[in-house]
Amino acid sequence: MVVAEEADLRRLGGFSGTDVPEPELLRACVHCGMCLSSCPTYRMTGQEMSSPRGRLWLMNAVAEGRLNLLDPVFDEQMYQCLNCRACEAVCPSGVHYGPLVEASRAQLEQHRPRPLWQRAVRKVALGWLFDDLSRLRGVVGAIRLYQRTGLQTLARRTGVLRVMGLAEVEAMTPHISRRFLIPGTERWRPQRPAAAVQLFNGCVMGTVFADTNRAAARVLAHNGNAVDVPVGQGCCGALHVHSGMMEEARRLARRNIEAFEATGDDPIIVTAAGCGAALKEYSYLLKDDPEYAERAKKFSERIHDVTEYLAKRPLQEPPRRLERTVTYQEPCHLAHAQRITEQPRKLLKSIPGLQLKEMRESSLCCGSAGIYNLIRREMANDLGDRKAQNILATDAQEVITANPGCAMQLRACLDRKGNRMPVRHIVEVLDEAYGGEQAARRGRWVADRAGSEVG
Amino acid sequence: MDRASIIERLERIVGPGGVFHRPADLLVYEYDGSVDGAVETARPTAVVLPTTAEQVAEVVRLAAAEGLPVVPRGAGTGLSGGAVAQSGGIIIALTRMNRILEIDREDRVALVEPGVINLELTEAVQPDGYFFAPDPSSQRACTIGGNVAENSGGPHCLKYGVTTNHILGLEVVLPDGRIVWVGGRTAGQPGYDLTGALVGSEGMLGIVTKALVRLTPLPEAVTVMLADFPDIDSASHAVSRIIGAGIIPAALEMMDNLTIQAVEPAYHAGYPMDAGAVLLIEVDGIAEDVAATAAEVRELCIEVGAREVRVASEKAERELLWKGRKMALAAMGRLAPNYYLHDTVVPRTKLPATLRRVGEIGNEFGLRIANVFHAGDGNLHPLMLFDRHKKGDVERILLASKELIKYCVEVGGSLSGEHGIGTEKRGYMTLVFTAEDLAAMAGLKNSFDPRGLFNPEKVFPKGYVCGEVRALRLQAMAQKHGIYAF
Repeated sequence: MVVAEEADLRRLGGFSGTDVPEPELLRACVHCGMCLSSCPTYRMTGQEMSSPRGRLWLMNAVAEGRLNLLDPVFDEQMYQCLNCRACEAVCPSGVHYGPLVEASRAQLEQHRPRPLWQRAVRKVALGWLFDDLSRLRGVVGAIRLYQRTGLQTLARRTGVLRVMGLAEVEAMTPHISRRFLIPGTERWRPQRPAAAVQLFNGCVMGTVFADTNRAAARVLAHNGNAVDVPVGQGCCGALHVHSGMMEEARRLARRNIEAFEATGDDPIIVTAAGCGAALKEYSYLLKDDPEYAERAKKFSERIHDVTEYLAKRPLQEPPRRLERTVTYQEPCHLAHAQRITEQPRKLLKSIPGLQLKEMRESSLCCGSAGIYNLIRREMANDLGDRKAQNILATDAQEVITANPGCAMQLRACLDRKGNRMPVRHIVEVLDEAYGGEQAARRGRWVADRAGSEVG
Repeated sequence: MDRASIIERLERIVGPGGVFHRPADLLVYEYDGSVDGAVETARPTAVVLPTTAEQVAEVVRLAAAEGLPVVPRGAGTGLSGGAVAQSGGIIIALTRMNRILEIDREDRVALVEPGVINLELTEAVQPDGYFFAPDPSSQRACTIGGNVAENSGGPHCLKYGVTTNHILGLEVVLPDGRIVWVGGRTAGQPGYDLTGALVGSEGMLGIVTKALVRLTPLPEAVTVMLADFPDIDSASHAVSRIIGAGIIPAALEMMDNLTIQAVEPAYHAGYPMDAGAVLLIEVDGIAEDVAATAAEVRELCIEVGAREVRVASEKAERELLWKGRKMALAAMGRLAPNYYLHDTVVPRTKLPATLRRVGEIGNEFGLRIANVFHAGDGNLHPLMLFDRHKKGDVERILLASKELIKYCVEVGGSLSGEHGIGTEKRGYMTLVFTAEDLAAMAGLKNSFDPRGLFNPEKVFPKGYVCGEVRALRLQAMAQKHGIYAF
């Protein structure tokens, strides 16, 4: 490890270029430290630089020219952060931490040369793959083939994955929906539509978890909403924003705005908390784009998480009783970034027979954080283990969440403890209570990766 | 020994993951919660995060051998600069010693490590019907060790007492590296009350590595009232009337209009935006008593001019009312980039006059001053809002502060109710104490830490070397002539 000397701190200070962390936002922090206990990385390490206040101080130091932007500590801390936004939700001064850490990462990406292989991986994985979802469908299709042909069983038994160092990534791969949801190809119509909504399909949701999106659509339709999945939409760009790839994110954002403008003012329903938070922040992402700023604002105002939308209206009483105990894991980008905490609980409690048993630290990040668990396995695993312990302590039979990343991470960390408890999206449980596609079928989320149906 | 060898030795004691020494790592240990006030930052030589008392002791011995200052630190939420390494040296951060070791329900005590978070101790014992009474506003982040060091208070200290009333015993690492126990599980410990001496010693006498704390039974019933007054004056009179009537509320807090302007948009606690001041009054105890007392309090408030008194007995509503109060300080970021928070105490009867004076000082110096404080204790928290980057703001704040503190002391008050002296208020100590008074205090410091290595540059006025009474006499003389040393 290169130790930066005192003199180095002053050599290259300040942010420059595009996406500079806004001084106004930085100045809002009064360094009271109230955020510390809510921060997962501070909880795990007890060290100030791994706290939101510490990271804001580092950003300030760079802005003031007291710290080199390229100092390894700055890089480490900007990327050790899970961007779970728990600090924002508890901040008395209303510091917008998310945009600040995202801008700091964008600064690093602009000014720090990455090794060639890293650039290539980012370009292919985040750039090429998510730019055109037909490419993503191709890749996910191939993984599905791997799961279904028995190759997966073979690979796992022979231990070849461990040799290749892929065992953990592979363990996180969820059971993939049989049929992808392709925008424009399916729609749901209640007998007497009272409202019309547009479904944001997403990338992972529309492929891996396509059945969850269908479950959401059925629940919406059951409650009087005509549901369409407009063509032209793509990936929301959340992963890009979190990785400091702002230009790529903006390109995706503009495309989504255009796709949904064709559908008037209908509410846009999102089933992934991470996407919802990003879509609601298009207004911020595009604030300096004269052509799109206003349109982005309008677009963001139309965004609703599916739980947010459903909980606002009187719901049809579900015909089926679900006699079981569940616990709820709050996706960070639902609870903290969107401040949606009551609605999912309200929906769960509305299901006859269902018992909601709260776990400890339900709003502490599970370690998924987008692609964080692929890049920083140690911290992600520690957080995942802590989460699994809290889940198991409730004696719940199912764990419910509302975001694909969390679902995959929860599955992996429960598996590590040898527990096969189903992990499901809240709309799947609702869908089940409403009778679902085929009444008694359960466990379509990542409940069962091996392919056999539960229930 | 050179710096590199010291760091190597430290790493041998706590492991490489427990020592920070790179300049950028040290940057985030140059401040604590006081940094937006008037406390200067200072960088330590190294930061150590031990996990056992033995490690703490070894680090202390190493520092002693090298003549390095030692500064203990909890969550760094303190408001008087207590955790800032003013003379460099080693910061011992106790955040990794965060286990609750024992909860004894029968004896109503808990044994905890210093890094346990205040609120989490309460959450851990709540299912058994107990709570840890000291509840500073920072309780969701601050540590028990920090509470002990600062003798922290909080809204509920009006009825339940401050930290010192809830600490039964301590395991302490002394400045020479010995690990000792003071106090104990039972009442009536023989000999000197060293626990009492250590609580509130601001990390200058020893480092707490275990604390035996008292658990308080949760009251049967709780009612919170929000009384809406047209002005600060009538609210202050209500405080005097309530206390004068022999009522001891669990908490009695005041917030003025400026505070409400910061808090209400953030938390929607339901504070009336047009109120001159509100009182947040909590009464607790046996259900019948609570109902009767609440009615009496309500009556008294209306008598002195309250426009409305809202009563909340539901938990969610009570918590919302409290949330606004607890987050008030930190919500000031919405009004100005910096605030300087005072902690003076005045006799309750002097509240109306003191608050008027606070208003005048604000006008004289062209400052916005928000008031949010423990009215029942007479413990003021005037928040002077400013912008560090604006020329002259800091100077005006310091001058106004001096005026304010002088006034509070003149009317029979004190410098600090619960935030500690630290570096922030050390310059004012001569306002309250004579040279002889301070020398007596220094005698205690000397017997624990003759070399002055534990948290130097705190509490005692600047330029003052332990035991050097002469310096204090000079200051006392200067004071007589109206010159204040900072």
